[in-house]
Amino acid sequence: MKPALVLTGAALFAAASGGANAQDAPGAGPGNVQVSDEGKEIFEQVCQACHMADAKGGGEPGARIPALANNPRLQEPNYGVIILLKGRGGMPWFTDLLTQAQMAAVLTYVRSHFNNYPDPITEADVKKLAVNPPPIPD
Amino acid sequence: MMSEMSPPTRRELLTMIGNAGGAAAMYQAMSAMGHAAETQFTGPPNLSGARRGASVLVLGAGLAGLVAAFELAKAGYKVQVLEYQDRPGGRNYSIRGGDKVVEVGGASQTVGFAPGNYLNPGPWRIPHHHRTLLHYCKAFGVELEPFIQLNHDAFVHRSGAFGGKPQRYKELAVDFKGHVSELLSKSLNAGQLDTSVTKEDKEKLLQAMRDWGLLDGNLDYTTSMLASGQRGYDQAPGGGIKGAPTPSKINSLTDVLSSEVWTQMSFYFNYVMQTTMFQPKGGMDMIGKGFYREVGKMVRLNTKVIKLAQDDKGVTADWQDLKTGQMGESKADYCVCTIPLPVLSQLDMQVGPKLKAAMRAVPYSSQVKIGLEMKSRFWEEKYSIYGGHSFTNQAISLISYPNNNMFKDGPAVLVGAYANGLPGLQLTAMTHDQRIEAALAQGSVFHPAEYRREFSNGASVAWPRLPWILGCTSRWSDEARAEHYQNLVAFDGRIALAGEHASYIGGWMEGSLLSGIDAVKRLHMMASAA
Repeated sequence: MKPALVLTGAALFAAASGGANAQDAPGAGPGNVQVSDEGKEIFEQVCQACHMADAKGGGEPGARIPALANNPRLQEPNYGVIILLKGRGGMPWFTDLLTQAQMAAVLTYVRSHFNNYPDPITEADVKKLAVNPPPIPD
Repeated sequence: MMSEMSPPTRRELLTMIGNAGGAAAMYQAMSAMGHAAETQFTGPPNLSGARRGASVLVLGAGLAGLVAAFELAKAGYKVQVLEYQDRPGGRNYSIRGGDKVVEVGGASQTVGFAPGNYLNPGPWRIPHHHRTLLHYCKAFGVELEPFIQLNHDAFVHRSGAFGGKPQRYKELAVDFKGHVSELLSKSLNAGQLDTSVTKEDKEKLLQAMRDWGLLDGNLDYTTSMLASGQRGYDQAPGGGIKGAPTPSKINSLTDVLSSEVWTQMSFYFNYVMQTTMFQPKGGMDMIGKGFYREVGKMVRLNTKVIKLAQDDKGVTADWQDLKTGQMGESKADYCVCTIPLPVLSQLDMQVGPKLKAAMRAVPYSSQVKIGLEMKSRFWEEKYSIYGGHSFTNQAISLISYPNNNMFKDGPAVLVGAYANGLPGLQLTAMTHDQRIEAALAQGSVFHPAEYRREFSNGASVAWPRLPWILGCTSRWSDEARAEHYQNLVAFDGRIALAGEHASYIGGWMEGSLLSGIDAVKRLHMMASAA
């Protein structure tokens, strides 16, 4: 009985708040903020917010933002794709912010510019994984 | 159990109805008693009779930790709170002149606001149905004042509408309902909706559209004194010889649609955005300070938790004093842990795999707030805007006018940006100086003559770069909620998590408090059974 009541309340809450996300929000409606299609610019406009301009991450031990530069985990081509599709830890998924082409472009840039993995990630790679993304790597 | 002698209490009555008719009937009955939907708060927890000497370690002195400490101490538990920062409150936070904001990467600003001015970088408005928060504000003497939410005289700006010139909300909103009413009433009149509405309802709807949409006898929405009675006049009504008003010209349907004003109209309908809303006088952190007056002596500030272990006897936290470097440990029977997940998921913590997976399953959002101190309140003096928000589709998303000190002379702080999602990341990715420049450039669309001229100084808070949290608020996906939420809130041995992330009111102080209260209620049950 009790769980049913809780679910009813939650369902009403979601409906009444006008969307899945009932957090405080600017409420400005759809923005016209555009993201470039070019890998370097996507990195500078989006990724460096957390991973910093040098892609080395930051923070103190115990509260670190991971480095993208010299990160051997990025060698595996799917690794970055899965994280952009599903998020990981404090990092959100980017499916609602970047197109699959933009994800491919920025991963290609990060893997080649801040690491030595020159083989590109293609939009097709992202598309393929997006259908049924594998579990988020630990 | 219900006594034969006395009438049933409300709870007993509801239980009877629930037993007889199931949850739906109970819910309906609760609604009829005016007792449902608004809140799950039923008053502060009544935790009587803590076992003598029973102790609780609370990690984090944000609102979840503070309410847990307050209620547990009241019940007789021995409580210690460890807090990483040099202040209590967590995201219940205000910045004032002289305060430092230090970011990951070392960038640092010193806030330059005049005495008395402040920015609430985190929570800034309190819905009237957040009864838990309002309860503690009252209990601790935290004075609240109205937070102006819907201001009909504020602006709406869309780069692609009206040649980029902001329009008053009232003009767009009135025009929107006028045009929509005209179309609906004409469709009704042409019989195009006859299969959907009864004849009786059709008549009522036509009447409603005429009244609500300010339509004329031909069901047209036109420039008229009637429309001006809502959207405002070209020449406002006055006194004496030239007292007669003249009507304002309505906007075309196409122009109104290009403004997307429905996004704002709809925004104000949101359950959490409806008037009446409140803010504490003097800054949001008055709430954390209110709690701190009660429990401050139990709180150890500047204390970084390094490890959290537990066994069948109790919990042990290893910590370091950030001022002296001194290492220490704290032991207790139980732990309420309110450390935000981006940090907690990196802690060496002795809990099971289900909780560990849950802690890693919740990303945090990327809000940015910018405060711009202006030398005068030109928005009031020149524009008749008192509180409320002007919206834009640029990265700053809005500017918000102060709700305090109206009509006063002297400097005042505008919220010059409140961005999330992509705009939030874009502003975070900038340096502080670039953020202020972007806020000035974008905000100038609303007040072009005054914005830069009156600007004095600015503060920016980019939540993903705050070293103590690395994000703003939890952002559960439906998928993660289904898989991990119950694991996140369940006790793992002697440790319970609490905070807005452990609630269905994510990102709101109310969620933190209700989560903290729920955790201590369960803790008390467990401790009482031990």
